[in-house]
Amino acid sequence: MDTMNVVYAVLVLFVMGVVFAILLGIAAKVFAVEVDERIPLVRECLPGANCGGCGFPGCDGLATAIVEGKAPVNGCPVGGAAAAAKIAEVMGVEADSSEPKVAHVHCNGGCNAKDKAVYEGLQDCTAAMRVAGGPKACAFGCMGLGSCVKACAFDAIHVVNGCAVVDPDKCVACGKCAAACPKKLIDMVPKSKKVHVNCMNKDKGAQAMKVCDNACIGCMKCEKTCKFDAIHVSGNVAVIDYDKCKGCKMCAKACPKGAIEPVPTPEEKAKFEAMMKAQAEKAKAAAEAAKAAAEAPKAE
Amino acid sequence: MFNLPASMGLTDILSLAIAAILVNNYILVQFLGCCSFFGVSKKTDTAVGMGMAVIFVMALASAVSWAVQYFILEPLNLGYMQTIAFILVIATLVQFVEMFMKKSMPALYSALGIFLPLITTNCAVLGAAITNIDNGNSFIGSVVYGVSAGIGYTLAIVLFASIRERLDLTAKCPKCFEGFPIALISAALLAMSFMGFSGLQVFK
Repeated sequence: MDTMNVVYAVLVLFVMGVVFAILLGIAAKVFAVEVDERIPLVRECLPGANCGGCGFPGCDGLATAIVEGKAPVNGCPVGGAAAAAKIAEVMGVEADSSEPKVAHVHCNGGCNAKDKAVYEGLQDCTAAMRVAGGPKACAFGCMGLGSCVKACAFDAIHVVNGCAVVDPDKCVACGKCAAACPKKLIDMVPKSKKVHVNCMNKDKGAQAMKVCDNACIGCMKCEKTCKFDAIHVSGNVAVIDYDKCKGCKMCAKACPKGAIEPVPTPEEKAKFEAMMKAQAEKAKAAAEAAKAAAEAPKAE
Repeated sequence: MFNLPASMGLTDILSLAIAAILVNNYILVQFLGCCSFFGVSKKTDTAVGMGMAVIFVMALASAVSWAVQYFILEPLNLGYMQTIAFILVIATLVQFVEMFMKKSMPALYSALGIFLPLITTNCAVLGAAITNIDNGNSFIGSVVYGVSAGIGYTLAIVLFASIRERLDLTAKCPKCFEGFPIALISAALLAMSFMGFSGLQVFK
């Protein structure tokens, strides 16, 4: 009898197993979802970090969207041109060569921006914003609490001297930091461009000067200096048109507040000022000569 | 032929449900299903997703395992094979549900899909199925118990996830406690507070 019990137990479980296996086998056929065979191929070309930088839920999401035509073949900001080319091969289209981008923090206040209060709450930018707009006197600037640093999966953004700075070599332009910044200081700029306005303070010059030593005061010097019509002051803050900027750095040298990157060294600044002075004198001399020439016939 | 448990009254079922949600909360009082409780509780969103998936699977597993127990195992005197048979049933069920949802409910699948395989071997699901049999619950009682156990799980994991989110933000915790240690400590405190429900008696 005892042996029969064991045999029963084995048989019952075996039969149950077989029945379930058959059921699952049938279900797999009945409920099979037709998957486009290109989806796994595209998926293999993607980095697989599931960073969400493309705006789709993970790499699988982007692969599905690309095959369905809802996303371009260069939709992955991390894989860049290499991944785009491979995906284009799978999809049978040509990849557009897109200019690689990096994130850039448009603030250089940091320690030069004055504090209006000592903040000891949650070490998080969004939380600090809720408390009277953050501890900095400048309502527009970086608070340096590092929400962007936490958001970055690539270790490409760090708080240096109280202000977030992007490491362009590590940055993949996934946009996570830009989304995390409650002050909206971060945007994606073309990687090849090296001149940036590092201030977003839209207050009038006098007010901006009070809150930060490095604030753009809307003095228009950069706008006047630029020979390519690439930098304009709008809403009391200078903005660069990256399509027109040739990277001559003249605006950075002209800026009295050092608000434009790359900030010139004192020697460069002195050289530039001497040059401008010489130019101004030359222009003045020319004007005087013209005036003299105009007055000369009268004297005769 | 079949020796089925007696049917249960409405008050019995209600007190069963409240007991499963609060008094005998699967995670915080019975300490079942702790793996997923710690694994998927870093964000409240995913915790809610996981909780919904657990409710769904527990309800189905309770119903099917009840049927397996009383229509297959008991008549053959194989009650002692319960554990193995239920694991087989739950694993199959989860697989089947996953396939079915993928085909006919893609929206629900994309919301719960990634959590379903995690639940296949969750001991809380098996625990609910076995407890049903041990308590001699009726069929309706079993399903209600499964759903309530799932609700209890969701309650615990969502509470815990919101505590962990909050903890991550404050960042005031000592270096040696960061991450998992502080999670264990907060889970213990949460469990202790749930012990406070142990005196709760409804409809008695």
